[in-house]
Amino acid sequence: MEIKLTLNGRPVTDTVEPDTLLIDFVRAHGCASVKRGCETSNCGLCTVFLDGKPVLSCSMLAARADGHAVQTLEGLQEEAADFVGFIADQGADQCGFCNPGFVMNTIALLRENPDPTDDEIRAFLAGNLCRCTGYEGQLRGIRSYLDSRKGGEGHGA
Amino acid sequence: MEHKDYRAINKPVRKKDSMQLLLGKPVYTDDITPRDALVVKLLRSPHANAIVQEIDTSLAGKVPGVAAIYTWQDVPQRRFTIAGQTYPEPSPYDRLILDRHVRFAGDAVAIIAAETEKAALKAMRLIKVKYEVLEAVLDFRTAKDNPVLVHPEEDWYPPCPVGGDNRRNLVASEVNGDGDVEAVLAGCDIVLDRTYHTRAFNQAMMETFRTYTELDRYGRLHVISSTQIVFHVRRILSQALGLPKSRIRVEKPRIGGGFGAKQTAVCEVYPAFVTMQTGRPAKLIYTREEAQIAGSPRHEMEVRIRLGADNDGRIRCIDLYTLSNTGAYGEHGPTTVGLSGHKAIPLYTGGLEAYRFSYDVVYTNHQAAGAYRGYGATQGIYALETIVNELAEQLHMDPTVLRDKNMVREGMAMPAYYGEMANACALDRCMEHCRRIFHWDEKYPVRDMGNGKVRAAGVAMAMQGSCISRVDVGSATVKPSEDGTYNLIIGAADMGTGCDTILAQMAAECLDCSVDDIAVFGADTDASPYDSGSYASSTTYVTGKAVEKACAELKERICSIAAGMLGCQPEDVVFEGKRVRRIDNGESVTLEQIGYKTQVFSCEAAEATASHSSPVSPPPYMVGMAEIELDKETGLVTVLDYMAVVDCGIPINPALARVQTEGGIVQGIGHTLMEDVRYDRNGRPVGSSFLQYKLPTRLDMGHLRVEFENSYEPTGPFGAKSIGEIVINTPAPALTHAIYRATGVWHRELPILPEQIAMSKPETAE
Amino acid sequence: MITIQNYVRAESLEQAYELNQKKSARILGGMLWLKMAKNTVGTAVDLSGLGLDTIEETGEGFSIGAMVTLRQLEQHPGLNACTGGAFAKALAPVVGVQFRNMATVGGSVWSRFGFSDVLTLLLALDTTVELYKGGLVPLETFAAMPYDRDLLVRVHIRKTPGRVAYEAMRIQRTDLPVLTCAVSDMGGVRAVIGARPGKPVVLRDEKGLLAGGISKESAAAFAADVAARVPMGANSRGSAAYRTHLAEVLTRRCVLGLGGEL
Repeated sequence: MEIKLTLNGRPVTDTVEPDTLLIDFVRAHGCASVKRGCETSNCGLCTVFLDGKPVLSCSMLAARADGHAVQTLEGLQEEAADFVGFIADQGADQCGFCNPGFVMNTIALLRENPDPTDDEIRAFLAGNLCRCTGYEGQLRGIRSYLDSRKGGEGHGA
Repeated sequence: MEHKDYRAINKPVRKKDSMQLLLGKPVYTDDITPRDALVVKLLRSPHANAIVQEIDTSLAGKVPGVAAIYTWQDVPQRRFTIAGQTYPEPSPYDRLILDRHVRFAGDAVAIIAAETEKAALKAMRLIKVKYEVLEAVLDFRTAKDNPVLVHPEEDWYPPCPVGGDNRRNLVASEVNGDGDVEAVLAGCDIVLDRTYHTRAFNQAMMETFRTYTELDRYGRLHVISSTQIVFHVRRILSQALGLPKSRIRVEKPRIGGGFGAKQTAVCEVYPAFVTMQTGRPAKLIYTREEAQIAGSPRHEMEVRIRLGADNDGRIRCIDLYTLSNTGAYGEHGPTTVGLSGHKAIPLYTGGLEAYRFSYDVVYTNHQAAGAYRGYGATQGIYALETIVNELAEQLHMDPTVLRDKNMVREGMAMPAYYGEMANACALDRCMEHCRRIFHWDEKYPVRDMGNGKVRAAGVAMAMQGSCISRVDVGSATVKPSEDGTYNLIIGAADMGTGCDTILAQMAAECLDCSVDDIAVFGADTDASPYDSGSYASSTTYVTGKAVEKACAELKERICSIAAGMLGCQPEDVVFEGKRVRRIDNGESVTLEQIGYKTQVFSCEAAEATASHSSPVSPPPYMVGMAEIELDKETGLVTVLDYMAVVDCGIPINPALARVQTEGGIVQGIGHTLMEDVRYDRNGRPVGSSFLQYKLPTRLDMGHLRVEFENSYEPTGPFGAKSIGEIVINTPAPALTHAIYRATGVWHRELPILPEQIAMSKPETAE
Repeated sequence: MITIQNYVRAESLEQAYELNQKKSARILGGMLWLKMAKNTVGTAVDLSGLGLDTIEETGEGFSIGAMVTLRQLEQHPGLNACTGGAFAKALAPVVGVQFRNMATVGGSVWSRFGFSDVLTLLLALDTTVELYKGGLVPLETFAAMPYDRDLLVRVHIRKTPGRVAYEAMRIQRTDLPVLTCAVSDMGGVRAVIGARPGKPVVLRDEKGLLAGGISKESAAAFAADVAARVPMGANSRGSAAYRTHLAEVLTRRCVLGLGGEL
């Protein structure tokens, strides 16, 4: 079947199987940032935006995205670049495999709640698993970015 | 302790790949390899122990898009091990690419290669297999000398004498010790005899096992794999496929985590076999389920300790026996078990008069175990630290004070650690430091918070090694570019730990330049100098030293070339980072000038390669303290604070060392409180997905705080020891301790789930 | 992974209903659980184009479209105001924000999964499901009905005066629950116990244990009664005995959480 959607702002028309998953569709269209970490909707690595909302692309049919706007980290480089340096300063990128999903969901968090508390950060990102960092460095990075926006210390630019 | 100002080391430099990773660039195996390679899938046995009587692939082979299907009849009948270890491997040669005898639920039965995943999966469903289902060995306590043999084959072969015997389901067995254990125990005021059980936890790195293979432009087998051990993979493939090593190239791109799982060539042989048979590019990506059920998890172990002490708290004797379950194949079986004693007992070198360490490693029809961060030390330390906490509670002694009395200290010889000296040991300072920042004296007493909730604390110490002494080899090549920057080429594998950056920091320190001036490349068997690979916590310590040596040699060569340009002898010049200066008259040449000189009418290679290996494996040390809130009614444990102080020598990159520590602690929390590994009664794994096998989320780990107590290890690069593994060792005993404090019950089996806590009653006093 | 032969985004409820009369057809919710099935679906019917993704609040209650996500419920000010924040409390632990942005009310309620937090909570409220052919059915009745080929269109919650409290036990904070519990006093006390691991069951205070008001003693008596009456089973997350134990603990906490006089 044919679907039409916008992927990172560009119109894409393609033929898909009825059961093609959105993750496989976007990876086939050059969005390799989107990763598969499980098959059970548990890890958050495959996070993309559907009409601006973070969803799990491993659990969504490409067909359902027909007519909608899909964004991946490839299309949000500038918004990500604004804060990811602060994560890097903590060494909290580590293996990096969970980073795109984590960065995507952090963007979603900051759009919804520009000044979250630590507990709000933890709660919003709870669906993003990371096996390397123990999460604390990711939190420090986000905190240090938020502090820098308030004119505090920060080195992540 | 040596202390000086450094230019590049001991600084929290960003990882060299950090922005690529954080911005989601295509850097992993599946991102950088062609999408149209043959998709490789494995049909797996549903039975824990069975013989493939008949296998019919005719119908499956007719599925459109199927390129090939292979069964046990198609593969070489030459046994090998997939353990990534230095030759001759301590692990037995007990594998075939496909074996007629399948030994665990998940063992490979057939290889399917197809144009699409759909076709491969469809074909898989159409393969007809008739199994002769055999009785299986599912309890490792009954495996030794069980009439059912996991490996009855005649051609089972152990390259090293490690005490194994396949006719007894025994992979390895040994006894060693120092002093008269029975005599000392007989003279002790108190002897505790306890048994502890840990399960086969999964590494659960976010990127599952995956390998791409193709024939390169010379017709050689080119392997791009998510591996920690490129050189070992080359040897393993050479052995499994019968190819000369000159026909194989193995490289790793960025790796999405390993934690030891990728120190075993879990999946490489299958696509490699497909490519050699078909001549076509092939790719195998393990599903999460495959990574969970047919990966390379921790060895399940049961550790029995008899601990002898006096009433004043002097620990005099440790008798430790480990039974280790290697599962269906012996990868890392003979070696992991050794750490359960040798990297636990030396913690109590203080007043120890005698020790005995014995073990058996047995085959069962469970998933084969392998290397997982901590590598046996985790299991041994969990048991030993818990029995020491039990001793403290029996003696009504503060467990940190008990440790002060007994711990290993700098300058001591460690009989249980191959007689090595503790040259650099800040364990005493770690304890003091951790006690202070944790507010141990306030948090150790149990506090009733009302509504069934209590707060309590626990403590544990840990050690590890910094390499496999007298075995591991690390190498580095350094070569200057004509603009005064350098290439650093390594065979060690950065799996997210940041070793590329750490080694570059060392090179920059040696070459008196910026870390940005060092470009790192690795790892590729065609281009990298030989390195055992990234495991055994060895990269910083061993490969780091090789970097130091290579830089020293390179500086000599640069000085020699410069001396020629300046018309003097090499001893008359001095290397000053961006230039080389003649001491007597101050004339100098820049690195750029030297660089261009080496490219014109030059017979001197302006590069240096050095290798390093160490006769010793200096232990890092660590103290961890946990504060929990325990809901006595539901059994729920909430980790509030976890504080740790680590002695890793001089941390080369404190930010990365800290994140390593935090990550290790959270993995340890997971193993203790939620990650459950179970098999059903037929030997089929229950936790085969992240739906069932629960990793800690950021809501499950409380607040972490990590600090360092530096020591200076004279044999390490810039005084460094290791960090990667030790960090996983304290949570299980510290949390077990805190749970006892809160409930009065010692749980001697991991994980400790809320149900066990809520439904257990305090033990009566012994 | 499920195999789907044909995908249709329905243009009307009638069309969706017609397509769904075939046994091989499936209505798509969030697809989070459906995806993991290994069977083959003939036609997957997507309701996402029918405007069923809104929560409408009136003076009498809420009308919630089948495609409303768990995240919408969790964040809805009106629903949380009426329930003392029980929706946020019950739903926030469900996997993650991305998951809850996909999981739908229709999918959760229709599936009648035992482990469903939302089903447990809705059963404690005055909830009615609106079926395309079957009309309005009280949720408690619906929960006990066999699966048929009807369509769940909306879920209605009446604003009945009273309070509700929610508790769940999880081993890991975003895992499926070991047990769920909701207690309400909207015209009589109702306790709902889910993740038994079977479908949630609704129990009432038939013995009048709370008739004299909520005290530590009466809460404990009612909780013990509930725990004794709920049939429990075992799965990988807990034994039947532990669940019975938890039912007492969580019910007591919920009752005390209602606070004050009944």
